[in-house]
Amino acid sequence: MVGRVRWAVLIGAAAWLWLAPPGRTAAAPAPPPPPAAPADSCTGCHRTLGGRLAAPTQAIADDIHVRRGFSCAACHGGDPQAPGMEAMDPRKGFVGKPGRQRLPALCGRCHADPAFMRRYNPATPTDEVARFLTSVHGQRLVKGDVKVATCTSCHGVHPILAVADSRSPVFPSNVPGTCARCHADARYMQPYGIPITQYAEYQASVHGEALLQRGSKQAPACNDCHGNHGAVPPGVESVANVCAQCHASQRDLFVRSPHRVPFEGMGLAQCTACHGTHKILRPTDEMVGAAPPAVCAQCHAPGSKGAAAATAIRSALEDLKQALQAATQVVALAEHAGMDMTDAKLPLNDAQTQLILARNLVHSLSLREVQSAATEGVGLARRAADLGLAALDEIAFRRRGLVVALVVIAVLVLGLYLKSRTLGVPGNS
Amino acid sequence: MARPPLRVTRRSLADYLIGTGLAGLAGTILYPLVRYLIPPKVREVSAGSIVAAKVAEVAPNSGKVFLFGGKPAILVRTPEGTFKAFSAVCTHLACTVQYRPEIGHIWCACHDGHYDLNGQVLAGPPPRPLPEFSVTVRGDDVIVTRPA
Amino acid sequence: MGLGAWLEDRLRWRAADQFLRHKRVPLVRHGYVYYFGGITLFLFLIQVVTGLLLLMYYRPTADAAYESVRFIMARVQFGWLVRSVHSWAANLMVFWVFAHLFGAFFLRAYRRPRELTWISGGLLLFVTLAFGFTGYLLPWNMLAYFATKVGTEIVGAVPLVGGPLLVLLRGGEDVTEATLSRFFGIHVAILPALTTLLLGLHLFLVQLHGMSHPGARPPGRALPFIPHVVLREAMIWLGMTALLAVLAVLLPWPAGEKADPLAPAPAGIKPEWYFVFMFQTLKLIPSHVLGLEGEQAGIVAFVLGAAVLLAVPFLDRGEEPTRATRIVRAAGVAAVLYIVGMTAYGYLAP
Repeated sequence: MVGRVRWAVLIGAAAWLWLAPPGRTAAAPAPPPPPAAPADSCTGCHRTLGGRLAAPTQAIADDIHVRRGFSCAACHGGDPQAPGMEAMDPRKGFVGKPGRQRLPALCGRCHADPAFMRRYNPATPTDEVARFLTSVHGQRLVKGDVKVATCTSCHGVHPILAVADSRSPVFPSNVPGTCARCHADARYMQPYGIPITQYAEYQASVHGEALLQRGSKQAPACNDCHGNHGAVPPGVESVANVCAQCHASQRDLFVRSPHRVPFEGMGLAQCTACHGTHKILRPTDEMVGAAPPAVCAQCHAPGSKGAAAATAIRSALEDLKQALQAATQVVALAEHAGMDMTDAKLPLNDAQTQLILARNLVHSLSLREVQSAATEGVGLARRAADLGLAALDEIAFRRRGLVVALVVIAVLVLGLYLKSRTLGVPGNS
Repeated sequence: MARPPLRVTRRSLADYLIGTGLAGLAGTILYPLVRYLIPPKVREVSAGSIVAAKVAEVAPNSGKVFLFGGKPAILVRTPEGTFKAFSAVCTHLACTVQYRPEIGHIWCACHDGHYDLNGQVLAGPPPRPLPEFSVTVRGDDVIVTRPA
Repeated sequence: MGLGAWLEDRLRWRAADQFLRHKRVPLVRHGYVYYFGGITLFLFLIQVVTGLLLLMYYRPTADAAYESVRFIMARVQFGWLVRSVHSWAANLMVFWVFAHLFGAFFLRAYRRPRELTWISGGLLLFVTLAFGFTGYLLPWNMLAYFATKVGTEIVGAVPLVGGPLLVLLRGGEDVTEATLSRFFGIHVAILPALTTLLLGLHLFLVQLHGMSHPGARPPGRALPFIPHVVLREAMIWLGMTALLAVLAVLLPWPAGEKADPLAPAPAGIKPEWYFVFMFQTLKLIPSHVLGLEGEQAGIVAFVLGAAVLLAVPFLDRGEEPTRATRIVRAAGVAAVLYIVGMTAYGYLAP
């Protein structure tokens, strides 16, 4: 009994020492300096032990900390210079396996110390732990829920790989799968009563497709919208700003649109009201209009003013698409007939530009703005189509010319034929 | 007595047809020939370079979109008066970009993409910079050349 | 002194006039064959005229060749016509050269004293093919570029001299702008000069010996060259003109895609149709024949074939048909069947 109490006191004291923010109190131990040579007894012994005890040594050489010259003792304490079991003497600061709850403070000893971190990367943030404590994960952890994610849940352990290492669980394209380990697990999430479909939805989304299938690192993973260390669901008031990290122009259009105020009033999130959350699909023109599948119909009843505006916006887009298609066809036809249509390329290109612009202007929810872009586009498409028609006229002109030439040749041949008939064949007659 | 006049008529018809035909043939050959020899107003172009504009045509702090190798390109004259040329195809969704004098750089209207006067992305969705062309001024001509 | 007399005094043109007035063309079975040479000559003249016109705008550099061809077709008034006629007439000319050759062959027009007429004609065939081969590259488009690459590679397989010959032809190790310059020079200067000499000789010999006739003795009936044959010839030439106009307007010759030496060779690279029979032969030939590499053996065979073609007048010499005549004729039929068959196979085979 006495022994156990002594142990508890020791552990408690050690925990206090570890948890104390470094640099703020004189009693706090300074972050361990990187040892010159990581010659230690920890890996030496553990490697020979086999099984669970040897596992941490296996890939430890890839660990970002080991690579920077830290030894096991940097996290686990103890004296790696001591050759035997005395290396794990709690009096030498040995803590063994730190509990999950203690991890933020343990990692924070260094990672929350700007002066220390500057030595390794002057630009690196040092607010991870602070942010973590604001997250749902962090707040639950503090309250004693050890099922929630803590540092190693996402970053891994033995080895902890650099984020830029493509094997790291927090490498951008690995993030969704890492989050899904818990958030797509029905049994694991059951006590929390939150959905588990986000990962599947994200995979089907335009963002998931870009990141997971095309490997585009610019596409957002979970953390780009939810925050990584400070992960929380984005609130209604922040959605537009979250999306605007990439889609700034749409946000700028939306915030001056007539939708902003009513959305705020109804408690509707700005972008997600139409585009959804995790399963954001490539937007289509069918999303605009007065009847489903148009998203406008979710609020605007048929026959209402809003529905009429939605219909008008849609038809402006359709008109431009139609004009563009007609122009493309006539230009292709002329090109196919052997005409050089380089001149039509510029207006055709510009009309396409106007279509993309008009589609984006839908976010302004302003019929006038969409229409003005679309009308300009229709004009450009007509100009291209006119060039195509002129080329087709030129073909017709060539054919008329051909007919004239053939008639002339026929007349001449007829004349020659008659002439030759009048001559007859000598010796024949 | 009916045959000789007929023969004469046929012969003269043949001569008439030949005469008309020859005149017509000369016309149908000479007309295209002469038109062919008249040099077209448009300058000949090669793939590698093009006369994008006249110097006087582009004032300082303005731009001009032109067609280069079948694709839009943009010639920009900086406020200092030097010429720069880039592909005018936005690297985001291939809209045609334009020069905005009031902000002094290249802008894509579609999704508010901004490029500086080195073609580098300043803001917005474009994933890559605009490819740059080299510009030389020869006399009154601004000649844009594709890098080899 | 009238103008006629003045000119006569200096040019002695009345002799030529008298000569032509006495020229006769025999009226025989298959007499239409006598017009094939005239058609070929007409198409050659078309090539000279349209070629000179194209020279006014065409620019033989890798950078500008393709663009200048497009420029001719799109910007120059009636440029499309000139360029399409040049391309179509080239193909028709090759066809009629072959037709003229086989026509003369089967009428045995090569007999004494026309051996040199035959040989000069054979050489003109080779020159025509060289015209086609060099001209094909000039628009500097994808198909032409790769067809030239493959075509010149075949030259590289010629035994002993292949390697140096390849470099000489391409103006370097690879098909580049240097090749374009070379082909341009060959196409517009060397070959026209050669043609002028050979064609001059050929036509002179035709006039010198008069029209040949199939039998030993001249046939009883003949048409005066002037005006009967001239009228018929004029009608045929006009028909050719009409055909060219129709082809140029309804099937304009495409400019294709600009050549890109770095691009992968497009699928289905084929030479011009008149080389397909040779191309297909080289493709089918086994990899080793008589101690030579298959390609080399094929080339040797074609060179021998060309030599045999030129030697025909010396293989079949009699005025009257002999056993040699039958052999030569059978070989000729076999050659026609081979060329037609291989060409068809080249286009139909996958």
